[in-house]
Amino acid sequence: MASKHSVDRRDFLKGAAVTGAAALVPGSVAAEPPQAAAPAQSPGGAPIAGREADPAVDVEVLTTDRPGGDFMVDVLKSLNIDYIASNPGSSFRGIHESIINYGNNEKPEFLTCLHEESSVAMAHAYFKVEGKPMAVLCHGTVGLQHAAMAIYNAYCDRVPVYILAGNTLDATMRRPGVEWAHSVQDAASMVRDFIKWDDNPVSLPHFAESAVRAYKIAMTPPMMPVVVVIDGGLQEDPIPPEIAARLRVPKLTTATPPQGDSGAVAEAARLLVNAQNPVIVADRLARTPAGITRLVELAEALQAPVIDQRGRMNFPSSHPLNQSESGGPLIANADVILGLELFDFWGTVSAFRDSLHRSSRSRIKPGTRLISITASDLFSKSNFQDFQRYPEVDVAMAADAEATLPALTEAVRRLVTDDRRRAFQERRSRLEQAHAREREAARTEAAVAWDASPISTARMAAEIWAQIRNDDWSLVSESGNISGWANRLWNFDKHYRHLGDSGGAGVGYGAPAAVGGALANKKYGRLSVNIQGDGDLLYAPGVLWTAAHHRIPLLTVMHNNRAYHQEIMHIQRMANRHQRGITRWNIGTTIDNPNVDFAKVAQGLGVYAEGPITNPRDLGPALQRALAVVRKGEPALVDVVTQPR
Amino acid sequence: MVMKTLLLLISLVFAAVVATAQTPATPAQPASSGNAETGKKLYVSYGCWQCHGYEGQGGAAGPRLAPRPLPFAGFSRYVRRPTNQMPPYTEKVVSNADLEHIHAFLMSRPAPPAASSIPLLK
Repeated sequence: MASKHSVDRRDFLKGAAVTGAAALVPGSVAAEPPQAAAPAQSPGGAPIAGREADPAVDVEVLTTDRPGGDFMVDVLKSLNIDYIASNPGSSFRGIHESIINYGNNEKPEFLTCLHEESSVAMAHAYFKVEGKPMAVLCHGTVGLQHAAMAIYNAYCDRVPVYILAGNTLDATMRRPGVEWAHSVQDAASMVRDFIKWDDNPVSLPHFAESAVRAYKIAMTPPMMPVVVVIDGGLQEDPIPPEIAARLRVPKLTTATPPQGDSGAVAEAARLLVNAQNPVIVADRLARTPAGITRLVELAEALQAPVIDQRGRMNFPSSHPLNQSESGGPLIANADVILGLELFDFWGTVSAFRDSLHRSSRSRIKPGTRLISITASDLFSKSNFQDFQRYPEVDVAMAADAEATLPALTEAVRRLVTDDRRRAFQERRSRLEQAHAREREAARTEAAVAWDASPISTARMAAEIWAQIRNDDWSLVSESGNISGWANRLWNFDKHYRHLGDSGGAGVGYGAPAAVGGALANKKYGRLSVNIQGDGDLLYAPGVLWTAAHHRIPLLTVMHNNRAYHQEIMHIQRMANRHQRGITRWNIGTTIDNPNVDFAKVAQGLGVYAEGPITNPRDLGPALQRALAVVRKGEPALVDVVTQPR
Repeated sequence: MVMKTLLLLISLVFAAVVATAQTPATPAQPASSGNAETGKKLYVSYGCWQCHGYEGQGGAAGPRLAPRPLPFAGFSRYVRRPTNQMPPYTEKVVSNADLEHIHAFLMSRPAPPAASSIPLLK
């Protein structure tokens, strides 16, 4: 930021002496007493008298000890943000330096990432464990575009990510060359379709308000990512004295989540209590640990079955009312269905056939009443179509479901008569038996292909469970691609036992999300486990290095089916439909010839690794060795060659 | 989430088929006229394993087929004209003879061990 006083872009010499007036932020940069400045300045920071009258004296000011980035760090600290994930980038070099030196690299601590998509996905899963956002720094045009896919995932998953995007708006101050390519007129426009809010502050007070406002908006259901653009000049230049005088960090008061209208709650309770076969379906319900407790209370008040679609960890898997594996018949037989933060209510009550002539049909009986509670009804955008088919519901509460559950449960309890209570208990007995049958069926079915090679996904899930069941564990990966075996065989009973999925199904989420979730679990001493797809890891495997570098304990078990298997099935479907040959499904879909040696990949990134494991008898011992590393606080990986699903 | 919805739908629409496949075998299912070894190769090359697993054990994308598949007549009828998510395998791409080989392979799969005999599943 060397500049000659006659062309200084922020004209900061003009009145630097008044910085001492900035006592509005106690303990912050704006409140510090004036510091000794460059030779051209007085001790108070004012320009040396007479210099302007002598233009022949070419005085360069080369340093400052109060850049704007320091104040930005004050604001971030006020938001209690623990981590800021990023690849380094010149458009935010000012705040980067302020974080590590002025901020002492604490709250937030800088996390070194190797891809912006990894940074955002880490922040995504981190939130789902910790319940507060991680910040991400994105560098100009290139960094924000790299981050875009992961931002979209978080948007679809209704997860807040606090994104700061560096940029140099003043075209006359840009360094020639690359800085122009990395600068943009309207930075947030690149992702505006799939974030909740953004701003482009032009002053430090403006930044302070926007930064706090962004946090509040991101954390108000429906939660989503936000972007605050941080101009390079604002970060790097000295805080102008006239600005320093009025710098303050606004008070943050997060909004209480919206509850359902009392009349609608009463109507929903009436329908549920009077129903013969009510069904509760939960998807992104449990924002906090309280969500599980509240859903258990409602389910037990009604003795109604719960289908957990697992967008979040909503309901204990061992609870007798958990009927997630019997969803189809329950939906078909229901007379009232309560949907709690459903990603796709229409898809829940409809069947769709992907054949030459696509068709759909209702899966519910005529007259079945549908009740929806979702905060997604409060905020919609049009371009990106994650909102699914229009569901024709009977009661629609535009509200946060977790916040609404206590009132709904209380309304239900008030309506339950002795007759209904007896009917509820009979229902409970039937559901307990069904639950027990399903748990037994899971064990029986897991035994099929028990000794197969490639290793069955059921065997893999059982082997992992045997090693972790006595730990305080957390499955920090998507678990659906192993045919739900973890859900069927493990005991999910706490909010961090699993974290849901990516939201937007953008491949590449799994590995960085696992690292972010594991980071959040680290301070609680939890054992984090990641069942990792091979194709997903290959999007940005560098996140393994981030886990090693930051000493994030995480067991990664590769679900290595050597393919983008979902796409194999799609190509097979097309080949069958077109009848031109059904044996070339491998072209463009498999990840073999050569096989990827994930153990070597991981080892090269500083992670303990073993594999490929092809004999199921070798899996248990390999997991034990890897877990010994993880329990010492390091990441480890076991590459397992598996059946496709 | 798209993946999740797809898997949910697939698992739901296949529920009836799964139930059929897992129904205890009729006592006297006639031996298949196909060759199990040939059937194993065809099962792989035609991609049956993609949804049903290499051992026919099934999963989220397709029901369990082995060790007790449907009797050949019903098996063949469903493969030719599936009613749910499974793509159709017409005679143009899989001959009747090949289908019999595949059925023989599925019939040849050994019965799984009892879950109670596996320590990890107790």
